[in-house]
Amino acid sequence: MTAENKSLKQRQYNSYLARYQTELLLVGILAVLFLFFGNTSPVFFQLDTLMKLLKQASIYGIIAIGMVFVITSSGIDISVGSVVGLSGVIVAMGMVNGVPIPIAILLAIASSALVGLFNGILVYDANVPPFIATLGSLTIVRNLILLITGAKTISDLPKVFTNFAADSLLGIPYLFLSWAAFVCIGLFIAKKTVFGRNMYAYGSNKEAARLSGIRVRSVVYGVYIFCSSVCGVAGILLASRLGNGVPNAGTGYELDAIAAAVVGGASLDGGEGSVIGAVLGAMIMATLRQGGTLLGINSFIMEIIIGSLIVIAVVLDKVRKKRN
Amino acid sequence: MQTQAQPIVAIKGLVKDFPGVRALSGVDLEVYPGEVHALIGENGAGKSTLIKILMGIYSKTAGEIYVEGELKEARSPVQAQAFGFGAVYQDVNLAQHLSVAENFFMGQLPKTKLGTVDFKMIHRATKEILESIHVHVDPKAIIRTLSVAQQEMVAIGKTIFQKAKLVIFDEPTALLTNDETKQLFQMIGRLKNSGVGILYVSHRMEEIFSICDRATVLKDGALVGTVPIGQTTQDQLIAMMVGRNVENMYQIQHQAPGETILKVDNISRGRAFSNISFEVRKGEIFGMFGLVGSGRTEIVRSLFGADVKEGGTVTLYGKQADFVRPAQGIKAGVALLPENRRAQGLALGLSVSDNINMVAQNKISRYGVVNNHESVKIAKRFCNALRIKTPSVYQRVKNLSGGNQQKVVISKWLEQDSELFIFDEPTVGVDVGAKLEIYKIFETLLKEGKTIIMISSYLPEVMGLADRMLIMYEGRQTGILSRDEFQEERILRLASGIKGKE
Repeated sequence: MTAENKSLKQRQYNSYLARYQTELLLVGILAVLFLFFGNTSPVFFQLDTLMKLLKQASIYGIIAIGMVFVITSSGIDISVGSVVGLSGVIVAMGMVNGVPIPIAILLAIASSALVGLFNGILVYDANVPPFIATLGSLTIVRNLILLITGAKTISDLPKVFTNFAADSLLGIPYLFLSWAAFVCIGLFIAKKTVFGRNMYAYGSNKEAARLSGIRVRSVVYGVYIFCSSVCGVAGILLASRLGNGVPNAGTGYELDAIAAAVVGGASLDGGEGSVIGAVLGAMIMATLRQGGTLLGINSFIMEIIIGSLIVIAVVLDKVRKKRN
Repeated sequence: MQTQAQPIVAIKGLVKDFPGVRALSGVDLEVYPGEVHALIGENGAGKSTLIKILMGIYSKTAGEIYVEGELKEARSPVQAQAFGFGAVYQDVNLAQHLSVAENFFMGQLPKTKLGTVDFKMIHRATKEILESIHVHVDPKAIIRTLSVAQQEMVAIGKTIFQKAKLVIFDEPTALLTNDETKQLFQMIGRLKNSGVGILYVSHRMEEIFSICDRATVLKDGALVGTVPIGQTTQDQLIAMMVGRNVENMYQIQHQAPGETILKVDNISRGRAFSNISFEVRKGEIFGMFGLVGSGRTEIVRSLFGADVKEGGTVTLYGKQADFVRPAQGIKAGVALLPENRRAQGLALGLSVSDNINMVAQNKISRYGVVNNHESVKIAKRFCNALRIKTPSVYQRVKNLSGGNQQKVVISKWLEQDSELFIFDEPTVGVDVGAKLEIYKIFETLLKEGKTIIMISSYLPEVMGLADRMLIMYEGRQTGILSRDEFQEERILRLASGIKGKE
């Protein structure tokens, strides 16, 4: 082995490190949090606690994956919380009205996807800034829910449905398994498909993407529809977990989803975003909340800590980029 | 130039280290009052780093900087300004949404007794300064509404307003027309006469020989030497920059043109261009020359499908080719290397591999799934073939030099196996070495039976490379000349709309 070969190996290794710097940093933070809470709380490492943590992270985590897609394309979707609510209510209404469960689920996802299409049309065709377009959807969808439900919770859902969120396979909660499935799907789309690569190209430079023959419209529609559909699934899972179709379910979820994506290294300027990063971001936030509860830390203080974490993550990222 | 006088700035043994790279290694430079001092070198030679250290944006690693004889170092841009240093950058940094006067007084707006901004005062003061340097711009005008040239003049005015003793120009003519360049040079002449020292960065040899007194050449962060312009030649300077002798840059092997492949018949688009007709033959380099804004770029964009034209027809290989989407142009074998590669050609935050494969995603995928193995292989192949200098194909494109970035854009289209290559300003911001390589790529393309349309604002380049040339003026075509008719004066006359024999 020549010296040159060695330095090439070293360089490749360094470039590999550089590419996954954010993710590695987050794994480190997560490890530190686990050790800290594990040492200060006797119950933290108990299976029950950990399962609870995973369940808590799962629903946010699924939404965060959709959010990463939108942010990578240099957009933002703040209507996710409303879509979660919409989907939960639709699946619940369907089931109590005698629609078979699979059909009710499909209906819920389809209506969520429709919201995504609406967002895509506003952003691409009407050229409305994504923040404003989805702010509109947030309000419209939430009030649509209140209108169709009369602001009343839909209860008496089938046991099969409500058990899903509580049950587990070989000790692993179904909720977490669903999340894992979406992580795989998200990773596959982002890394391996033409759509995924076009999404990064578009987010990084819209004009260059267009001049390279990329169908820009399908990228924009695609990310918003994907995000909303994923939120639709999250909404169904949440309804199962709550055991009811709750009109106000999902309120405020957009903030956690954006936070998870951004802590995970997604750049609001577009072109950058990592599914794994978002997963880790969601895990870190769930761990903080869970650990905080166990230690009896005032929940307001906990939220202040989480808020600071988001800001620190972004600042660190900017500093790192400036140095490069 | 008075060599007896004290230099405004004297740099001795300047060193700047970035993590893993030594950007400057022991550079010396002196600028005297009333001197126009050229700073030249290929991209990556260290010019920008040196300027940024002077302007207090970077801090130096070692070495000494004397400002009028005193050992000083600017630790911030504000401090550099206080030393009397001013800079006019290529992409003018003025606040685009504020007025000229507000830009002059930024950070030190005077107040009236009521505590509001004293606009009367700043407008008057700004006007005086602009008039003193013969710039006719309204102090109330919003920067964004001014032309690039006017903005640059305003930026210069601002340095004068700040009583700069040293003004640094970083490729100021890159975006200017010939007339505007002339105006700029007059202004530099006036600055020089008033005793201001000027550090002038440019890639254009003609300019350096027409306005500079001395030139300092950098290569790979090291000082090659400082020479009086009167005692050197362009070839010598280029040899110093690239470290070897360069014969006629534009000498490439041309092919005998074949059949007509592109027929443009009377196309128009709004105010951008009207009634344009020309034909391009297989295997030729068809040049397009005209001032910035004369409609050249708009024409090729509509040929490609990036913009939609309003009238006329285009025929490519005998088939109608009135494209309305880039995807159509690409499918028909047209490649467009856009004017502004950073804004239109590259996804800067993505990797070399992602950029090279951006057009061909569908070709290397099945059922919408990209074969990543294949894409990396392709990227590696082009990095070798075009000698793209990058540590790996995963490197982000923004970390590459201008020349290497341009080669990435070219690769993107080579992979697509296009037939008609449209190069819009292919060598702007590209150093001499990479320029030669790009011309070599032209030669190879022609040899493979491809056809090239090339736009350039740099006349020697079009004259040196094109087989035929279309000349534009304000959206109209003023002539098509073949190689034996290329005469500088004649072309310039056509490009400035002066009616001649044509």
